[in-house]
Amino acid sequence: MSEVTPSSRRPIEDRPVRVVSARLSFLQQIRSIWRSRELLNYMVVSDVKVKYKESALGIAWSMVAPALTLVIYYLVFGALLKNGIPHFVIFLFSGLIVWNFVTNVVIPSTSVVVDRQAIVKKVAFPREILALSTVGAGLVYFVMQLVVFAIFMAIFRTAPQWSLLWLVPVALLGLVIIIGSIGLLLSALNVFLRDIKHLVEVFMQLWFYLTPIVYSYSRQVEPSLVHHGLSWLYFLNPVAPAVLTFQRIFYVHEYVQATTPGHAVLQVIPHWSTMHYLEMNLAVIGVGLVIFAVTMKIFGRLQGNFAQEL
Amino acid sequence: MLNAIEVDEVSKTFRIHHERHSSLKERLLRPGGGSHSDFEALRAVSFNVGPAETVGILGRNGSGKSTILKTICGVLQPSSGEVRLRGTLAALLELGAGFQPELSGRDNIYLSGSMLGLSKRTIRGLFDEIVEFSELGDFIDTPVKFYSSGMYVRLGFAVAVNVDPDILVVDEVLAVGDEKFQAKCMARISRLQNDGRSILLVSHSAAQVQTLCSRAVVLDHGSVIADGAVGTSIDAFRSVLHADTREVDSASPRARVEAVTTESGRFDVVMGGAWRGIARVHSEFAGDVRVVAAIRSPRNELLSATPISQGLVSLRPGVQDLSLQIARLPFLPGTYTLSISLRDADSGDSVAHVEQAAIIEITGESSSDGVFELDFDAKIL
Repeated sequence: MSEVTPSSRRPIEDRPVRVVSARLSFLQQIRSIWRSRELLNYMVVSDVKVKYKESALGIAWSMVAPALTLVIYYLVFGALLKNGIPHFVIFLFSGLIVWNFVTNVVIPSTSVVVDRQAIVKKVAFPREILALSTVGAGLVYFVMQLVVFAIFMAIFRTAPQWSLLWLVPVALLGLVIIIGSIGLLLSALNVFLRDIKHLVEVFMQLWFYLTPIVYSYSRQVEPSLVHHGLSWLYFLNPVAPAVLTFQRIFYVHEYVQATTPGHAVLQVIPHWSTMHYLEMNLAVIGVGLVIFAVTMKIFGRLQGNFAQEL
Repeated sequence: MLNAIEVDEVSKTFRIHHERHSSLKERLLRPGGGSHSDFEALRAVSFNVGPAETVGILGRNGSGKSTILKTICGVLQPSSGEVRLRGTLAALLELGAGFQPELSGRDNIYLSGSMLGLSKRTIRGLFDEIVEFSELGDFIDTPVKFYSSGMYVRLGFAVAVNVDPDILVVDEVLAVGDEKFQAKCMARISRLQNDGRSILLVSHSAAQVQTLCSRAVVLDHGSVIADGAVGTSIDAFRSVLHADTREVDSASPRARVEAVTTESGRFDVVMGGAWRGIARVHSEFAGDVRVVAAIRSPRNELLSATPISQGLVSLRPGVQDLSLQIARLPFLPGTYTLSISLRDADSGDSVAHVEQAAIIEITGESSSDGVFELDFDAKIL
């Protein structure tokens, strides 16, 4: 061979040992994913490329489609049902950008192993990569939508609270860990129970309304729950903290705090300190890591049978 | 000494669902699960492949050779036991399996290269060589969904052999493309051998294993029945083939081909020579039948089946020997299989049929490509 890669000159003693066995430890799983990071990178790129390949607008659809959804929700909940939230577009966008990430990960990753069965049956690579690639693609779309969001904010002449911008990556990290784990788990379960895909599609609608995107948590949910000491129930939804954090950061500042004297108190966003937001998101990250470890364990058990079940 | 591949007591059990339960409703309605049985595809299989060694795995269909291969590649996980691999592994299980049809050949080279565990930099270094090997030229920027099947396979092979792995696993994929491309593939594989790579070749062609391998492992019913020098292993492989392939698979056989033997007990013929065999037939009736012989290539392609107008014999009830004769076997050296059918002379209905009634090894030297040697000459008039 005219070109000899360094690995082939390595004497056998120095080569890494790879073990194929029924049980891989958590660390071995993580290590194999890390080794396939370039593959993950290509999978994300090809996912994004393929999705918009044949359409005239191409990747711009990842910005246009959510903007159109936003318009629909605005018309229904803001104009038609008059939910009375000022600057509703910005409020809506703060939550929708989080929610779009959730659906862009959960729905494709549920069917990703089944959809890519041709590869799963023939090529060996850490199967976690398949679900993780949808997380990567979801992040790409998230960034694109953030650009659209910036344009919207410029149009409506509002600004995020700059001093809290550092919370964006914190909230996003928690979301990526939890939603990624859920996607990973669903991708494996769907191989064995194909109904899961359909169940998920329906459940996503319920989940959407369980999240304070088209309504305000402080005005419409908190008053009724807090009396019964049940507000914790609402936060079993792992997306709620991220949505509330994004609203705190991006929603029009004046409506965040209680209003000036003489005006009626219009509370759209909870009165929480920055510390509270940080703690809430750190809690999500902590719970997310536990869920991730459990998911990896289950995934590791299930993936051994992928090739024969597909 | 360290081995490149260590297969250690690997077992694999498949659960065969008689009624597939892959929907929630069925699982809920019948929580016990459908009826199923377990199939042991591999039973405590152990063998090693050393560095710079080329080992063949031989076995009939269903012997577990594809399962062990998928396990070594990591596509399947063993039910128990483990496989240890030292170094990078590239598998030729199915060419172009990792391709994404919407993407161009160029993107797919990067995608499938990284699936084989290569870094971006390494793939970039190999890129030109891969394109040249695949003979795709300008088509490299066309989405692979527009490729012909030949182009697809050429690109798949080009990626796999050019990645220069420490361990190469090959599953009968050498039968791709035209003869010229095949010769190129074989040349590349021998180069990898000379460069000291470990190669595991799975085949049901004894001839291919004989040419490429120094050692062979024979699997039967999921167990290793031979592991040793290629000659010894091939003998063991032949003996399971001959012991087990003479089952009649006709629905209601009125006659049985019990054995096909030769006078000398040998099944090798020099290329172009004649083959004579004896078929022991047990008949339940008296009547005329036509004996039809078919020859299949090492790749299981039908090469020739005799017309039903030939080979008329009159059977009598009981056991009798038929003499079979093929005056000339023009095929190139390799392992060929002979199947025999008996058909009712009047109705044409099959009364007996045996696949792989005999395995005929054609020996000799030939530099021709293809299936048989052409008597060819060219000169200036």
